Amino acid sequence: MEQFFDDYTLRTVTLGTAILGAVSGALGTFAVLRRQSLLGDAVSHAALPGIGLAFILTSSKASLVLMVGAGLAGWLATAVVLLVTTSTRVKYDSALGLVLSVFFGAGLVLLTFIQKYPNANQAGLDSFLFGQAASLVVGDVITMTVLGGIVLVALLLFWKEFKLLAFDPEFAHSLVLPVRWLDIGLTTLLVVAIVIGLQTVGVVLMSAMIIAPAAAARQWTDNLGVMALISMVTGALCGVGGALLSTSTSNLPTGPTIVVCAGGFVVVSMLIAPHRGIIWQQVRQTVQNRKLKSEAVLLDLFELARKHDDLGYPHMETALRVIHPKRGTLYRQLRRLEGRGLVKMYDSGAWALTPDGILVCKQLLDERIR
Amino acid sequence: MSTFQLEIQLVAAVVAAACALPGTFLILKRMAMMSDAISHAILPGIVIGFFLTGNLSSPLLILGGAAAGLLTVVLVEWIRKTDRVREDAAIGLVFSSLFAVGVILIARFASDVHLDTDAVLLGELAFVPFDRLEIAGYDLGPQALYATGGVGLLCMGFILLFYKELKLATFDGALCATLGFLPGVLHYALMGLVSMTAVAAFDAVGSILVVALMVGPPVSAYLVTNRFGHMILYSVALGITASILGYWVAHLFDASIAGCMAVMVGLQFAILFCVAPEQGLLAAWKRRRRQKWQFAIKMLVIHLLQHEATPEAEQECRIDHLQGHMAWEESFAQGVVTRAASQNLLHTVGEYLELTHTGRELAREAIVHS
Amino acid sequence: MVNAIEVRDLTVAYRERPVLWDIDLDVASGVLMAVVGPNGAGKTTLIKAILGLMKPAAGQVRILGKPYRNVASSVGYVPQRGTVDWDFPTSVLDVVLMGLYGRLGWIRRPGRSERKEAIAALEKVDMAGFAHRQISQLSGGQRQRVFLARALIQDARVYLMDEPLQGVDATTERAIIDILHSLRSSGKTVLVVHHDLQTVSTYFDEVLLLNVRRIASGPVSEAFTDTNLGLTYGGRIAIIKDAQ
Repeated sequence: MEQFFDDYTLRTVTLGTAILGAVSGALGTFAVLRRQSLLGDAVSHAALPGIGLAFILTSSKASLVLMVGAGLAGWLATAVVLLVTTSTRVKYDSALGLVLSVFFGAGLVLLTFIQKYPNANQAGLDSFLFGQAASLVVGDVITMTVLGGIVLVALLLFWKEFKLLAFDPEFAHSLVLPVRWLDIGLTTLLVVAIVIGLQTVGVVLMSAMIIAPAAAARQWTDNLGVMALISMVTGALCGVGGALLSTSTSNLPTGPTIVVCAGGFVVVSMLIAPHRGIIWQQVRQTVQNRKLKSEAVLLDLFELARKHDDLGYPHMETALRVIHPKRGTLYRQLRRLEGRGLVKMYDSGAWALTPDGILVCKQLLDERIR
Repeated sequence: MSTFQLEIQLVAAVVAAACALPGTFLILKRMAMMSDAISHAILPGIVIGFFLTGNLSSPLLILGGAAAGLLTVVLVEWIRKTDRVREDAAIGLVFSSLFAVGVILIARFASDVHLDTDAVLLGELAFVPFDRLEIAGYDLGPQALYATGGVGLLCMGFILLFYKELKLATFDGALCATLGFLPGVLHYALMGLVSMTAVAAFDAVGSILVVALMVGPPVSAYLVTNRFGHMILYSVALGITASILGYWVAHLFDASIAGCMAVMVGLQFAILFCVAPEQGLLAAWKRRRRQKWQFAIKMLVIHLLQHEATPEAEQECRIDHLQGHMAWEESFAQGVVTRAASQNLLHTVGEYLELTHTGRELAREAIVHS
Repeated sequence: MVNAIEVRDLTVAYRERPVLWDIDLDVASGVLMAVVGPNGAGKTTLIKAILGLMKPAAGQVRILGKPYRNVASSVGYVPQRGTVDWDFPTSVLDVVLMGLYGRLGWIRRPGRSERKEAIAALEKVDMAGFAHRQISQLSGGQRQRVFLARALIQDARVYLMDEPLQGVDATTERAIIDILHSLRSSGKTVLVVHHDLQTVSTYFDEVLLLNVRRIASGPVSEAFTDTNLGLTYGGRIAIIKDAQ
C-alpha cells in the first residue's frame, strides 16, 4: 500500500533516524574496540521480551515505556552472559548465542499472548522486529533525543575513563578507578543506544547499526575521538539515507535499507581509506617490492665490485645474471637504477656503480645491520 | 494425540537432533555465533533460489541457502584476514548485511507470495503437516520431515565417518594440519552442514530457533560431561526433549511453538546451570565450602612450617597472630586450629601452635604439590 | 624507616588452586629488586596482588605502610606489553597521559601542562619524536618505552613492572636499565619481574626467587645462589650457570 508522506512526517523520520545513527555510532565505537560487537546483537534480540512485558503490564505503547522494558531486558541479558561465563566454563560466544535465542523465544511467546488481547492493536509491536521508520511520531523522536542526549553527555563526561577502560582496564584498576562500575556504566549506555534504535531498525538488524559505522570510521583515523565523530556522522548519514530511500520508494523496508547503506560504507572505507585502505596498501606494497628488487641488484653490483677493491668496477650483465636469472627483469632494474643516477652503463655494455650509487649502498648496508 | 500433532513433534525432534550435531562442534570451536550469522545470512540464498525455481519446496532452495551460508563463512574469513576489522565485528557485519539484502529482495519482488520475513525469522511449525510430500499420488508425510531428516542423516553420516578427524580439528587444529587431515576442508564442510541444516529447518522453526537448538543443547551438555562423544549424544537427547516439551507447553498456553521451544532450551540450561554435578552453581558452592576449610588448614600448617625454628617464630605462631596477618575472623581462625588439632596436625602449647610430625609432612607435601 | 613494600603471609588462589603460598616479603625504600622464577611461579600474580588487582585468600600487603588504596597515587605500574590491544586508535602521547588520569580525577581532561609533562616523560625514554605516532606503528621495544613513560609520569615512589625487558632490543634494554638505575638513585623503589637470570646480578640490587612460595629474597650476592636457584627451578638451572 502506498503511503502518503507530507513534509512533517518526513522531517520526523529523518530526525529520528539521524539521532539513532549518531548515538549508536558513538557507542558502537567502544563496542567494536572492546570486542563486544556481537553483544549488541544479543542485547537487541533480548530486548523483545522486555517490550512485550512492558506492553502487557502497562497496556501502553508509548515509546518510553517500551524502551524501558527493552532496556531492562537487554541489560538482564548482558548480566546473564556475564554470570554464565564467569561461573562456568561456557565460553562467551556460546553464552551470547544461548541468551540471544532464548530471550527472543520468550519474546515470541509474549507476542502471541498479546495477539489475543481484546484491544490488541499489535501493529505497533510488530514494527520492533524489522523496524518501521514510518511509524515514528514526534513523541518518539523527543524520547529518542532526550535518551540519546543523556547517553552522549555521559559518554563525554567520562570519556577519558571509558577510553582507559577500553584500552587497558588493568592499568585503570591500578589507578583505583572503579573499573567494574565503569564497565557496567558503558554497557548500560550501549544498551540504551540499542534500545533507541529498535523501533526504527528492528531487533534483528540493530546490531549492524552498532558495528558498521564504527568499523567504517576505524579505517579513516587513528584517534579515538575522531573515530567516534566519524562514526556518529556515518551512522546519522546511513540512518537518514536509508530512511529517505525507503520512504520514497515503495516496498523498501527502512531497517534493511539503513543496514545495507552502512554495509556499503564499511566496504568503501576498507578499500579506499588513506593508510588503512586495502587499495593503498596494495599500491604501497607494489612500490616497496619494486624498490627492494632494484636495491637487490644495486647491492649485488656492490658485492661484485668489492672483490676488485674498486667499488666503481664495471661488470657485464652476465655476471649479474648468475644471481638474477630473469634477463628482462634484470635489465629493467638496471635501467631504473640508471635513471636514478645510481649506476651507469659503459659502451662495452658493462654496468658500474656511480659515486652516488656507492653512497646509497653503504647507507643501505648500514640500515640492515641496525 | 492426532496424526497432525504427532507429525509436528516428529519434525521438531528431527530438527532438534539435526541442529545439535553440528552445534556441538560450533560451541567447542568457540564459533557459536556463526549459527546466528549463518541462520540469518541464508535468507538471500533462499530468496534467489525461490526466484529461480518459483517453488518454495524445491531442493534448489537448500543449495542456494547453503551457498549463502558458505559465502558468509568465506566473507568473514576474508575480512578477518585483511586485518582491518576484527572477527566478531566481521561476523556481525556480514550476516546483517546479507539478511538485510534478503529482506529487501522479498519486500521488493516477492511481497505477494508465502515467503515473508516473519516466516523466515519465526517459522510456523503448526503449518508443517499441510505441506506434504506426494509421489505418484501416495502421501508420504510432511515434506519438512524429509528435508530435515535428510540433512540430519547427512550430518550424522559426516560425523560418524570423520569422527576422529573432527575431534582432532576441534581441539588442535595445528596438530590436525600437520597430520595432513586438512582442518580447513573439514571446517568448510562443517560450515556447509550448518548452513544446510539451517536452511532445512528455517521453514519449520525459523532462524532464531535454529540458533537456540544449535547452541542451547550442546552448551547444556557441556555442563554435565567432559567427554566429546557423550556431549554429542546428550546434546541430541536434550534438544529432542526440549522441542517436544516446548510443543506441549505451546499447546497448553496456545503460544508460539518456536518461542516455547527456545524457552524450554533456556530452562534446561538454567536447571543444569544450577545443579550440574561439577559445573553447576550448587556444586561449586559446596566444593568451595568444603575446600575452604581444607585450604585454610593447609595454609596454616605451611605457615607454621615456614616459621618454626626461626627467630620470629614466637610472634608468627601465636593464635591471635592468625587473625591479624592471615586476615581470618577470630571464630574462623579458632575453627581452623580446632579442625587441624583434631586431625592431629598440630597441638597448642599455651598461646603457641606447634606442628606435629604429621602436620609437618602435610605441609611439605602441600608445598611440593602446589 | 617504613618498608616500601611489605607482604605478609600472602596466599592467592585461582579457583581453589593456590598460585602463591604464604609469601612474606619486605622491600626497603630505594631498592631495585628483581622477581625471578619459572613459568607459572606466580610472578605476575604477586604484582597483581600487591596492586589489589587480585583478591588474596589470606595475608596482607602494605605499601609505604598503608593499604594500596590509600597510596595508589604513589605507585606506578607497568603491565606486560601483551595485555593491551596495540591496534587501539590512540597516540603515544595519549597513552602516556593515561598515567595522569588518577591525579586528574573525574571529568577533568589533560591540558597543556599535562601534555608538557608527557613530552618530558617521553624524552626520558628517548621517544619524544614519536609522541604523535599511532601506537600500532611502534616496535616491541618502543611500546615498552611508552609504557615505561606512562609509569614515569605518575611520579610514584614505588614502581611495579611486569617483564619490562621481555623481548625488547638491546638498545631498549640498555635504556630501560638506565632509567631503573636513575629511579633507584632518586630514592624510588622498583620491583621488576625479570626472566633473564644471566643479568640479574648486573642489573639489580636485590632479588626475590619465587616458585609459588618464596624460595629466597635479599641482596643478590646472598640470595642468588646455586642452591636457591636449584630450589626455584628444580635443578635445571645449574646447567645454564655452568655454561657461563
